[in-house]
Amino acid sequence: MQENENISHEHDDDEQHEHAHDDNDTPQHTHEHDDDGQHEHEHHHEESFIRKYIFSLDHKMIGKQFLIYGLIMLFVGGGLALLFRWQLAYPGEPLPIIGASEQYIEDGEVVTKNDERWEKIFESEKEELMETHFPNGVIEDKTYNMLFTMHATIMVFFVVVPILVGAFGNFLIPLMIGTRDMAFPILNMLSFWLAVLAAIVMAAGFFVPGGHAGAGWTGYAPLSVDPQWTDVGWGQNLWAISLLIQGFSSLVGSINYITTVINMRAPGMTFFRLPLVIWSLFIVAILLLLAFPVLSSALALLIFDRLAGTTFFTTTTEGGGDPLLWQHLFWFFGHPEVYILILPGMGIASELIAVNSRKPIFGYRSMVYAMIAIAFLGWIVWGHHMFQSGMRPGMGSFFMTTTMLIAVPSAIKTFNWLGTMFRGSIRFTTPMLHGIAFVSMFVIGGLSGIYMANTPVDIYIHDTYYIVAHIHYVVFGGSLFAMFGGIVFWYPKMYGRYMNDTLSKIHFWITFIAFNCTFFPMHILGVGGHMRRIANPQFYDFLQGFEGMNIFITMSAFTLGFAQLILVFNFFWSMKLGKVAEKNPWNVTTLEWEAPTPVPHGNFAQIPTVYRGPYEYSVPGEESDWIPQAQPEHAPASAGD
Amino acid sequence: MLGWLPENISEYAQGVDSLFALIYWITVVVFVLVMGTLIAFLIMYRHREGHRAEYIEGSTKLEIIWTTATTVIVFGLAMLSFPQWNNLKSAPDNPDYVVQVRGEQFNWYMIYPGPDNEIGTEDDLELENELHVPENKLIQIILTSKDVIHSFFIPNLRLKQDALPNRFLDNIKFQATKPGTYEIPCAELCGFGHTTMVGFLHVHTQEEYDAWVKEQWSE
Repeated sequence: MQENENISHEHDDDEQHEHAHDDNDTPQHTHEHDDDGQHEHEHHHEESFIRKYIFSLDHKMIGKQFLIYGLIMLFVGGGLALLFRWQLAYPGEPLPIIGASEQYIEDGEVVTKNDERWEKIFESEKEELMETHFPNGVIEDKTYNMLFTMHATIMVFFVVVPILVGAFGNFLIPLMIGTRDMAFPILNMLSFWLAVLAAIVMAAGFFVPGGHAGAGWTGYAPLSVDPQWTDVGWGQNLWAISLLIQGFSSLVGSINYITTVINMRAPGMTFFRLPLVIWSLFIVAILLLLAFPVLSSALALLIFDRLAGTTFFTTTTEGGGDPLLWQHLFWFFGHPEVYILILPGMGIASELIAVNSRKPIFGYRSMVYAMIAIAFLGWIVWGHHMFQSGMRPGMGSFFMTTTMLIAVPSAIKTFNWLGTMFRGSIRFTTPMLHGIAFVSMFVIGGLSGIYMANTPVDIYIHDTYYIVAHIHYVVFGGSLFAMFGGIVFWYPKMYGRYMNDTLSKIHFWITFIAFNCTFFPMHILGVGGHMRRIANPQFYDFLQGFEGMNIFITMSAFTLGFAQLILVFNFFWSMKLGKVAEKNPWNVTTLEWEAPTPVPHGNFAQIPTVYRGPYEYSVPGEESDWIPQAQPEHAPASAGD
Repeated sequence: MLGWLPENISEYAQGVDSLFALIYWITVVVFVLVMGTLIAFLIMYRHREGHRAEYIEGSTKLEIIWTTATTVIVFGLAMLSFPQWNNLKSAPDNPDYVVQVRGEQFNWYMIYPGPDNEIGTEDDLELENELHVPENKLIQIILTSKDVIHSFFIPNLRLKQDALPNRFLDNIKFQATKPGTYEIPCAELCGFGHTTMVGFLHVHTQEEYDAWVKEQWSE
């Protein structure tokens, strides 16, 4: 995949740099093109393989790095989820494939090959990971805590943010605002490599004695503070240290995004000519910049509490700190974080829907204001995570009001997406299917949020599967569908080829159906009072009726998980074997499609000038149904490139 | 959906179920309208040869309508909820019985004040995971924790409150209307034994309860 791209890149690379004046320096080039693309750089004393693919300064390469990083982590996070889904459907039963037989567990009689392996593991002197976490292939309650803690931590901090913000932000911002790269390419590279370091530290936590963090992704103190409560030692420390590093990565990235959007827009690209996805990423960068330091401070205090004997988050009769302080700090970060996860999804969905409806965004400005309103409200709603925490009930009323208010900009956005489709000419491309799925799932996730915003109802459904359903409808149904749609949509610009459409459609439909089968029943579990974070619902009398539903959810979750293999196969297969894409395959107006495919270093041969807004589709009196942002007034349309 | 709610035996929290039902019907109607519109649009405005999309940039009037409508609905809901919330989360004035509940990995300890009606004296009775109350009496719970945060959850009473170490929350109250045994799970992750942390609420008739009291403090 790389060579191919390399070759076509190279020519343009040179144009942008030292050879801008003699880009017809053909003899040398032709020769090189026959060569292995990787050696090519060395001739020019320019980009070595390492410079180009590993420590790259090019925003597009960094974006792709973030994308692949996020996809790898998606499988780690998803795999963890499947493990604990197994436990919820079949509590206490050994896992398939690695589990020991019933006879062996009951009376130590070796029957199967697996039993032999377990026998060996138990007999060995060494304390093995498998022995402590999954004896006989059965998930221990403590291991269960670790699994869901790490599932959420990885999905939030290592999948959704790196892909939506890291990958799409990096790839799209310079291209869509019409500039050659990010404002600070070295910081950009630092941002990626800090994220890699954070992932390595996080991964290391699985292999330390005591296992990985098990206090939930929210890490509530005092549970997360003292190893005696969880039996987790360095796992929790590494969890905190890793997130601290990830915080720096996000910080560096966000400074870069903000500076780039403010200072480097192409001539004519006013703020209100920015595509909505850029608006969303810009707003998210501001949220990240302001929110992450709060988490970082809380994590630093947590590390002091754990390692230096301070008591910021613990309390004794003699005094000390307060466990609720952790919750306030965590959610003061955490709620903006939730919007960091969903806003880029909203931006991407807006692009997909406008392009495929061949219509301008309905109420472009109110879409922007709605996003700003959501981002602002995100700072004054954190207490809704703490209605039952012992916070003064009067505060509950305040936070209920602010939380309910979020319904207003969310409704504006939903109705405007519908308005965008109204009297459109809707093309059901795969990206559009994902866009439609995003809107529908966001509607469900938004509506289920009203139940929890309502303080009296929240008393009952707080910490039940209702919230699990809600968060997954927003973050999987919302953010991940937007992400899938975005990948299929921008893939031709990223890799110069289409993803295989049949596979993409199969992936979409299985994901869409399995997603709903997995997460919709969780609303019902929640209404039944099914607590989250319990390893064995069968332990409770009042949850006996939910065994079948839990098995159904687990089956659906496995289907959902395996469907993602289709995406990944398609992703890598298409890099080499996908149909070659033209410059602007979807007939889109925005600037990224003005750049040649695949996009060379420096992006544009000449920086484009912007003459109009981003959604000039089906303009009356025009022959073509789209007018590119960079097309001068009264010039003949250049559609159908 | 509403049918999945466990039986409600709380005098106080009947309103929770009504609010739940109200929100349920509002959201169902909104969902059906939005999805219906979406599906209708997808069918009506699908791409057809020779058909062109209409250039519509927005409509201030429509946007004002749906912004106002949403605002009215959510504020209406908030208004309905304030009094309920204040009622549910306030300390009772004259409770008939007071019990202190302490969460401690991984049990609920119930401390009865005994005949002198004072907690912290010699005649206190501490029970593990057993909460005995008479029906139709106002019970106040003083909730605390020994170690980490737990959450005192009685699904049938629609009652939930986190227990915090070194704090004694007094704003938990209920009045159970039906004798029987009900589970008290811990709803906040509290460590490796979280799953098995469960207590039982025994709601007795007054006579049964009096007999139980006699038995406990007979010596």
